[in-house]
Amino acid sequence: MEIPEEEFLAPGHRACAGCGATIGVRLALKMLGENTVAVSATGCLEVITTPYPETAWKIPWIHVAFENAAAVASGVERALKSQGKDDVNVVAFAGDGGTADIGLQALSGAMERGHNIIYICYDNEAYMNTGVQRSGATPYGASTTTSPYGKESFGEDKPKKNIPMIMAAHGVPYVATASISYPEDFMKKVKKAKETDGPAYIHLHQPCTTGWGYDPSKTIELGRLAVETGSWILYEIVDGEFKVTYRPMQRKPVNVYLESQKRFKHLADEEKERIQNYVDQICAELKI
Amino acid sequence: MTSIGATVKEPGSSKHYKTGSWRTFKPILDKDKCIDCENCILFCPEGCINKDYDIDYDYCKGCGICAEECPVKAIKMERE
Amino acid sequence: MIKVISANRALAEAVKLAKPQVIPVYPITPQTSISEYLASFVADGDLKAEYIRVESEHSAISAAVGASGTGVRTFTATSSQGLALMHEILFAAAGLRNPIVMGNANRALSAPLSIWNDQQDSISQRDSGWMQFFAENAQEALDFIIQAYKISENKDVLLPSMVCVDGFILTHTVEPVNIPHQEDVDKFLPTYQPKHAYLDPKDPMSLGTFTDPDYYMEARYDMEVAMEKAKDVIRKVNKEFEEVFGRKYDLVENYRCEDAEIILVAMGSICGTIKAVIDSLREKGEKVGLLKIIAFRPFPQEDIYQAVQNAQRIAVLDKNISFSIGGVLHNEIKAKMDVDASGFILGLGGRDVSPEDIINIIKETRNPTEPDKITWVGIKEEE
Repeated sequence: MEIPEEEFLAPGHRACAGCGATIGVRLALKMLGENTVAVSATGCLEVITTPYPETAWKIPWIHVAFENAAAVASGVERALKSQGKDDVNVVAFAGDGGTADIGLQALSGAMERGHNIIYICYDNEAYMNTGVQRSGATPYGASTTTSPYGKESFGEDKPKKNIPMIMAAHGVPYVATASISYPEDFMKKVKKAKETDGPAYIHLHQPCTTGWGYDPSKTIELGRLAVETGSWILYEIVDGEFKVTYRPMQRKPVNVYLESQKRFKHLADEEKERIQNYVDQICAELKI
Repeated sequence: MTSIGATVKEPGSSKHYKTGSWRTFKPILDKDKCIDCENCILFCPEGCINKDYDIDYDYCKGCGICAEECPVKAIKMERE
Repeated sequence: MIKVISANRALAEAVKLAKPQVIPVYPITPQTSISEYLASFVADGDLKAEYIRVESEHSAISAAVGASGTGVRTFTATSSQGLALMHEILFAAAGLRNPIVMGNANRALSAPLSIWNDQQDSISQRDSGWMQFFAENAQEALDFIIQAYKISENKDVLLPSMVCVDGFILTHTVEPVNIPHQEDVDKFLPTYQPKHAYLDPKDPMSLGTFTDPDYYMEARYDMEVAMEKAKDVIRKVNKEFEEVFGRKYDLVENYRCEDAEIILVAMGSICGTIKAVIDSLREKGEKVGLLKIIAFRPFPQEDIYQAVQNAQRIAVLDKNISFSIGGVLHNEIKAKMDVDASGFILGLGGRDVSPEDIINIIKETRNPTEPDKITWVGIKEEE
């Protein structure tokens, strides 16, 4: 695949060293190109990229609040349409909290209305901007500052909310999951999303060195382990047609993924087994 | 003075802020070993490795992803 | 053209004349018919606008901010709970300097639930950075919308406007309204072409950035300066409006105040009732007047002082309550000028205010039982 050289997110942004979110945004923007308007929800990405009087964005960009990226994007899209600028891509970036929790209503509304927007959820599985609090996308067993492990707790006690499937249930013509560790797969999906007439939703898995507790150099490795263990599955749903886009040659035990992160370090064998069983069950259904 | 609505009209102006000073370890690429796979370019969170594999140390925060993801170990992390 | 219509219809007609390009709205009693009229204008091709049927008021104002940020004229409308749900984004719209115009059908806030009129909803948004104009009748609702765009879009202002109409009292009663010609409105209201911020790939900029303590205060101070400048802009726009349409407005309306011993200060539809009472009392030789506040924000303190300074006493009528301190308008007038003012809380949740109530207010003000007393008009005491 030909990957455009041009960068639309400038360096000098204030992300942590080894940030996965900025990798995801860089790759997405390469595919979307300069004829794009970006909307950000409040969160890490918004804060690190626009420290006034500077901005890392080389394309037009707007941030309004935490829970309304999809609604703002709706307004931007229609306003561009009213000006005859139908060819401009409108992309919204929101974290897992801004998508699965506080932003779900606005997202549901925008998707159901069928706006021609691309919504990319950069999922680092907790509220990282405020210091690693549990979100609806936090996986089972993860210790966060609001779901800490302790004498009577093994951390988060609910599985991850399945947002891509909720989006698919809206009849969104293009839904996909992706990982920053599989850039070609992700970028192809962004291209398809761009070419989709109507809304597109991409759920991008993105390791976070600060929140997950691993060495910053391992960001890509962690994303890869998530996929290779079946903890995160890469698929797309095109007009309702489900297809797995990447199958690990041989699925690794989930333990490899869990043990390389501080947030799962506390887990007893019993909980790890429960996670493995959960992953096995999903992978069996999808023949992974 | 703050601009009206705190709008920033210079795209990509974060480049005025050099994040290279954050670095503890510095990636050094041995271009002779490089096989031109583009992994380091794609995976750099700062986007500060160009197509000729020159690392812009003004911005490199020293995360080490490039060294980790280099399939031929052409990048070494050296203490500053 | 004279049509006998409701304030909601008048407001929608004004929006049609102002030609916004994007209209995100969500229905709520008693605003709903505004949404419906606009939807039918768009459906019939009489208004070329993108109408977004959002899933909440929060998204209505969010989409309006996105659209306005893109550089197009934008309208939305709401009421009560809907305005409260917008609260967070009202501040963002003002801070982003989006000249959005909104219609608000004034209605009480829950709990207990009430769909009827008072002005607690918009008054509770007074610090959001929006200008607020209160209409006395349907004609004013129409005229204020058209002027609000011109005021909000002025480069020295760039703040959003809220045109407030009393729920049911105005929104659902009909009266004759003079609807201007499109050509006259086009002449009066030029197209919106923002310079300060817009989203265009040909000239990329970042809107809604993150400011540290070195920059935030200046951004807010600029809004204060803009709100202060808005007073002169309003006067100028009022004058231009009068030249084209023949109807004269100001930040306040001075009704028989010149030699008045007692002046009532009020906002919105109640002013109609007060004017009728004043006329009948004047016939009996009582020197009473009304100062109608049209612009609640920017707060026209100089105009108010000018009008009331020679009165013996004034009465401030509030359709809102800031618990433990009284009506907001009463408090603001007391805070800004040295005048003897009795405060009256009335009409909450649609409680009727009769001419007799106004007469009693004037009596109480003339001979106050205690200075600066706050009276709840018509409150039913426990038996």
